[in-house]
Amino acid sequence: MESKIIEYRPGFAQSDADDPIHGETLPINMGPQHPATHGVLRLAVELDGETLASVQPDVGFLHRGKEKACESLGWAKFFPHTDRLDYVQPLMNNVGYAIALEKLAGVEVPERGQVLRVLLMEVSRIAAHLIYLGTSAIDLGAISMFFYTFKERENIYSILDAYTGHRMNNTYVRIGGVYADVDENVTGMLREFLEQFEARVDEFEGLLTGNRIWYDRNRDVGVITAEEAKAWSLTGPILRGSGVEWDIRKQEPYSGYETYDFDIPVGTVGDCYDRYLVRVEEMRQSCRIALQALDRLDTVKGDVLAEDRRFVLPPRADVQASMEELIHQFKIVTDLRLPKGEAYGCVEAAKGELGFLAISDGTSEPARLHIRAPGLMNVQAIPLIAEGRLLSDIVAIIGSLDFVMGEVDR
Amino acid sequence: MTSDMNTAVRVTASLDGIVDAAAIGTDHDGMVRVTATPADLHAVCAALKGAAGFEANTLVTARDHGAGEAQRFELFYQFLSYEHADRVRVRVMTEGDDPEVDTITDLWPGTSFSERECWDLMGVRFGGHPDLRRLMMPEGFDHHPLRKDFPHIGIEPDRLYRQWDEARRAEFEASEAAKGAH
Repeated sequence: MESKIIEYRPGFAQSDADDPIHGETLPINMGPQHPATHGVLRLAVELDGETLASVQPDVGFLHRGKEKACESLGWAKFFPHTDRLDYVQPLMNNVGYAIALEKLAGVEVPERGQVLRVLLMEVSRIAAHLIYLGTSAIDLGAISMFFYTFKERENIYSILDAYTGHRMNNTYVRIGGVYADVDENVTGMLREFLEQFEARVDEFEGLLTGNRIWYDRNRDVGVITAEEAKAWSLTGPILRGSGVEWDIRKQEPYSGYETYDFDIPVGTVGDCYDRYLVRVEEMRQSCRIALQALDRLDTVKGDVLAEDRRFVLPPRADVQASMEELIHQFKIVTDLRLPKGEAYGCVEAAKGELGFLAISDGTSEPARLHIRAPGLMNVQAIPLIAEGRLLSDIVAIIGSLDFVMGEVDR
Repeated sequence: MTSDMNTAVRVTASLDGIVDAAAIGTDHDGMVRVTATPADLHAVCAALKGAAGFEANTLVTARDHGAGEAQRFELFYQFLSYEHADRVRVRVMTEGDDPEVDTITDLWPGTSFSERECWDLMGVRFGGHPDLRRLMMPEGFDHHPLRKDFPHIGIEPDRLYRQWDEARRAEFEASEAAKGAH
């Protein structure tokens, strides 16, 4: 190709016709190793000047065939794999999967198990939103935010470590409840953390909400109307940021959310700034729910795992004392047979509606598990709101859509 | 989500004249279910969006009943109504190994990625889709990995290698047996 030397003369391009490169677009490959794409997302970007002429998201770099893996592993052994979907909120994924299987099997979770699930989910939501806040702020240049949010997240991980024995990838939820009860050490740590957390959120807001740079970079950027959000299958904080008051915890309660006192924040404009405000308020509300759940642990006593020997693991103490129970546990883990049928279980995850469509044919091999990942829909919406905007806005948009590629690609 | 009689009544009223009343029922988990055919799928979805007020699509996916089945692939669609706070599931049985159904991206643009994923992993074509490329697997990949005849471990070259290896071993054993007979 013949190269063309363009001489730069200030004031030369008085009109589009004078501009020697007018109408030519510049293709740019953003990702899959770009730090601002939050994992392995590739964006094929076409630039007209500094304006985004087209944006094509390309996903699948982290595709591990989770749905196929479920078919070969069986229902019970797939639990650790759900942790690795959205790996910043593993316990939420566990619960979503467990709800689908419990619907299929018809297992009721005991009340204390439900309270513990709510507690774990809300703490996970805070951890996931802290990641959003830290990473989206560092992408826009507010580097100190990252350290403040990760310090708080570190506290949550220490508490989860004390409770479940793992910092990440906890796998603590089972069909019929949670694996084991909490002790006073953990509840004490949690209460201490949650009681000081509201003040930390105030600090975060003090750094960002009224910050001129943060406001200008986010306000009126990436506007999604309520109609668009519905038609594009967007859920969670993005839908609520667009002004739709929809939260599965309120409208289709699971795990006893109808008995907790909390509010649903909604935005008015539907831009990146509204989504930021919604998530910050959700952290406060999660804190409120978690404190209510902690209070309930003092009064609600009993089992944390249902007693149903067809589908639920036998108690650990019995397994260590009796050979029959050991065989029973082995059968449940390796050869769990759920009744024939299909069940959809979903939770309001930090990113949106995380759903599991479990289809069983009555054998120990799952017929199909479909994971409805909210992140995939969020990635799909990038061209909708990014095209026509400046290149620098795409960083704010990706940050505000808040997806984790482990869940998008599965 | 809930087994709500109002949902069934609303869905039945909106689908009057499109499908039989017998095609509307309840699934194992209590969700209202509509059984459609590939021919009337688009009309069913349009009625659910228009008259019944299901504003959003939740998922599009398929299940493989196994190679050799006449009705091999079953499609699952789920829709959500924000106004009525309820859900509906549409199930479609398709014929043959390479089925094709109409796209619903013209009704809900957000189903584009879901349909691409379904084509990529299951091999169900969506006619009229504006951009039916693979989503997860690379372009040029020959297989649809979620099909039941795709192996869990090892892709096609490995399987072919094993088959070749087994054939060679069988040949060797047959020649050994022939030697022993003499």
